[in-house]
Amino acid sequence: MIRINGLHKYFGDNHVLRGITNHIQKGEVVVVIGPSGSGKSTFLRCMNLLEVPTAGEIILEGQNITDPNVDINKIRTKLGMVFQQFNLFPHKTVVENIMVSPIMVKKIPKDEAYKKALSLLNMVGLAEKENAYPSSLSGGQQQRIAIARALAMEPDVMLFDEPTSALDPEMVGEVLGVMKQLAVEGMTMVIVSHEMGFAREVGDRILFMDEGQIVEEGPPDQLFNQPQNARTRDFLSKVL
Amino acid sequence: MDFEFAGTYLPMFFSGIKLTLLISIISIVLGTIVGVVVYLFKTSQLAVGKIFPLRMVAFAFIETMRGTPVLLQILVAYVLIGMHPNSSSLPSNMVALIASIAAISLNSSVYIAEIVRAGIQSVPRGQMEAARSLGMTHFLAMREIIMPQAIKNILPAIGNEFVAVIKGSSMAYVLGIAELTFTAKVVQGATYKGLEPLLISALFYLVLTFSLGRLIGWAERRMKASDSH
Repeated sequence: MIRINGLHKYFGDNHVLRGITNHIQKGEVVVVIGPSGSGKSTFLRCMNLLEVPTAGEIILEGQNITDPNVDINKIRTKLGMVFQQFNLFPHKTVVENIMVSPIMVKKIPKDEAYKKALSLLNMVGLAEKENAYPSSLSGGQQQRIAIARALAMEPDVMLFDEPTSALDPEMVGEVLGVMKQLAVEGMTMVIVSHEMGFAREVGDRILFMDEGQIVEEGPPDQLFNQPQNARTRDFLSKVL
Repeated sequence: MDFEFAGTYLPMFFSGIKLTLLISIISIVLGTIVGVVVYLFKTSQLAVGKIFPLRMVAFAFIETMRGTPVLLQILVAYVLIGMHPNSSSLPSNMVALIASIAAISLNSSVYIAEIVRAGIQSVPRGQMEAARSLGMTHFLAMREIIMPQAIKNILPAIGNEFVAVIKGSSMAYVLGIAELTFTAKVVQGATYKGLEPLLISALFYLVLTFSLGRLIGWAERRMKASDSH
């Protein structure tokens, strides 16, 4: 589904990604863990070109999206993104947040987009908040709306950039619950997260990143129980 | 002090207010339109090699407008417009009015460009990223997501600029336009009173700027209120 070949990213002189190569399969749930500053978020943001890679290529469903001639906007409709800070549009109601892109970008008729929005709101358990504004919602509710908003574009892959890091502890569960449901339904997901319990339970594969490289990867049981690399062991000993 | 003359000359002051408002309102509208263009030039990505031609035009324009007196700009505009072959068919006070409005609105536009920039930059970066991640083009994201939020910061600041433009419009008096300041000079001459006509004009300016200030404050509070539903 996504092939990443030799990905490098520089911010000025700062070499943030140092040659990342990986293959994400359809329906796979990949959780990226690692210390802060290891390049996890940059890696994720490169996948929908919010950051432009300095070198290397990303092949999404057979198409090289790092080719300067591709239509970035079209590519991005296939990749749903959920941000740490939710980034809901504060001047729009919940349902408008979900509908704006399907209507404006995909040109879906308004009534159809509305029906779709309502079913997504039901899925994330917030049907009654249809006409609320984001500022009146809790962090957990806002993040669930943000997931619904991304799903409204019917993406092939969902990218999550530390989706629970900005939440109060009691709200983490409700967001992880929605993500788990998505995983069960077969969505391809790449998740940057510090939730090790969630990674172990839902992840098909864990990538451990450090200093801009994938140091170790494997199924959760193997990576959490028998980490091979010293840096992985050191990291896990601090967070588990 | 003796204000007995005031009643007789009140209609003159009122027509002075009318001209002051006419110059100010047209200038702020034109200044806003030009200001947006200046902002677009200033942030233009158009590059020829390592040179950004539109940015250079904006830079030269902004520095010139900010670095020279408005009074001088009005005089220059009057001469330049007078050089245009069609201007001879216009009455000379019309040429003066056009010159004043042109100079005041162009001058104001560089400050408005800065207001627009600050307003747009006040919208968190994540808003643009979220919009783009949903497949929106830069233009669509600006129109649907960024501008509706930026406008809440831009409008009150443009209101303040409006106050500055009202005061600045007094400089049109050098071209003999019978706005509020010029009216005071005329009444001075007609009544042989030095101070009183100036004070009356000052009072009218205060009424205009003070009520506009209240209006801006009210609008600002309303916009804040809509943030917390």
